[in-house]
Formats: sequence, structure tokens, C-alpha cells
Amino acid sequence: MTDNSTVTADRRDGLAVIYTRGYINNQAGEEIARVAYSLIDEGHKALLLNLEGTTIVNSIGISILIEIIEKMIEIGGRLAFCRLTPTIDKTFHIMGLTQYAPIYGDEATAVAALRG
Amino acid sequence: MNGQAILREVTLTLPMAPDMEVAASKTATAIAEFMKMSPDRIDEVRMAVIEACINAFEHSHSPDRQVTMTFEVVGKGEPEELRITVRDSGVGFDPETIEEPSIEAKLREDRKRGWGLKIIRGLMDEVEIHSGREGTTVVMSKRRR
Repeated sequence: MTDNSTVTADRRDGLAVIYTRGYINNQAGEEIARVAYSLIDEGHKALLLNLEGTTIVNSIGISILIEIIEKMIEIGGRLAFCRLTPTIDKTFHIMGLTQYAPIYGDEATAVAALRG
Repeated sequence: MNGQAILREVTLTLPMAPDMEVAASKTATAIAEFMKMSPDRIDEVRMAVIEACINAFEHSHSPDRQVTMTFEVVGKGEPEELRITVRDSGVGFDPETIEEPSIEAKLREDRKRGWGLKIIRGLMDEVEIHSGREGTTVVMSKRRR
């Protein structure tokens, strides 16, 4: 189910914010990856994933997010998350994702940190 | 069970088909709401249910392509705990041989998956796995608070 899952991006001078909606499963994860790799190809080296519109993810979707983190490490870029539900935040901590992609409470703080 | 009784029980049989994990998570949510579990704890149950279903769907190789789930509200008069049993009739596995995933290793490996049990254990209060030639049963519990 993509559960009306949609992925959109907002480009801002080398930094891009990716917005998700709905359940992040394998299909939505692949759509996020497609958008992220397209942004990387355009030259964006800082990506922020704003998950405000997502209340549930599964481990298949997250494994695709790990692929994006790996790609960002390869190109010397930075990826961060913001607006996570407490459960998604907890899950990312359980998995250790936050060692490589920090989590911020709000978008403005995350953007400032990625630009810093 | 320390004098605890089963106050409500719901059994669900799910085909191993796309999105069926979401149906299971909706049932878990409805029962947890009945128990007046907090929204954050309900979300954790919901995610654990999704992971347990996906594990069964993907790894059990169950010939009947079905998962049976039982949701039990247990307590002494008042709901105290939600116990969820996820059962398949697949090939089974030895939980002791499952390597604990780490992000450092996953970033090096081609295979990024294999997180289900770690997530379930991290989100639920208690998890037991019984597995053998007749299938796998995962029993996971979450206290109301």
C-alpha cells in the first residue's frame, strides 16, 4: 500500500527537503530513493527528510533509507531527518541510524544544522 | 499468569499478501485503544505488529500462505497487558543463529534488511520466539502503561 503515499521535494540552494506522506513501505521507500538520487544528481549534497506526513514505516522502507544514507556518505554529503513521530524516532535510535543521520524536532533547526 | 485472566480475545487469519500487515496493525490499534493504552505505546505496538507480519510473510515459506494472529487483553479485572501471538506454519528458524544487525555492518553490506526482530524487541516489553519444523510462533506483550 502506498496508502496515498507521496513524495515531494523542495530545492533550496544546494539543500533539498524531501516530504513524505503515508506509510513508508518498500514502494514508498523506493520512491523516496528515486527522488533523493535525482536530487543528488542535480548536485544537492544536503538532504533533509521531513516525515511529518508519515506515521508508520516498516523495516523494508527503512532499509531503503539506509541505502540513501550510504550514498550520502559516499559523496561526502549530509542527510538528516525531522518531524518524526516518537515511535519512528525510537525505531531509528534502536537501529542506530541517528549515528549517521541526525534527527531534529523541526525543519528550521534541521535546515540550519545542515547548512552549518 | 499471576491471577490474570484473558478479558478479551480476537483472532485474525491473514493471507500472506501485500498490505495485510496494515490490516493486522489496525486490529492491534483498535484493541489497544479499547485498553486505553497511550497513543505512543499504541504506535509502538502497531509497528511491532507490522514487523512480525512482514517477517512471517517473507521468511516463513508457509505452505498455506497464512498467518494466524491472536490478540489477548489480559489483566486482573482491568486491562493490564496486550499479548499478541503471531503464528505461521512455515519452515521455522533457530533464533539463536540470527545475527544482531548493526548499522555499521549494514552500511558496508549489500543487504540492508534483517531488522525486524531487533525492532520488535526494542518496541515491545516482552518477546518470546518458538520456532521449529512446524512453524514459528512469536509472542509479544506490551503493558498498558
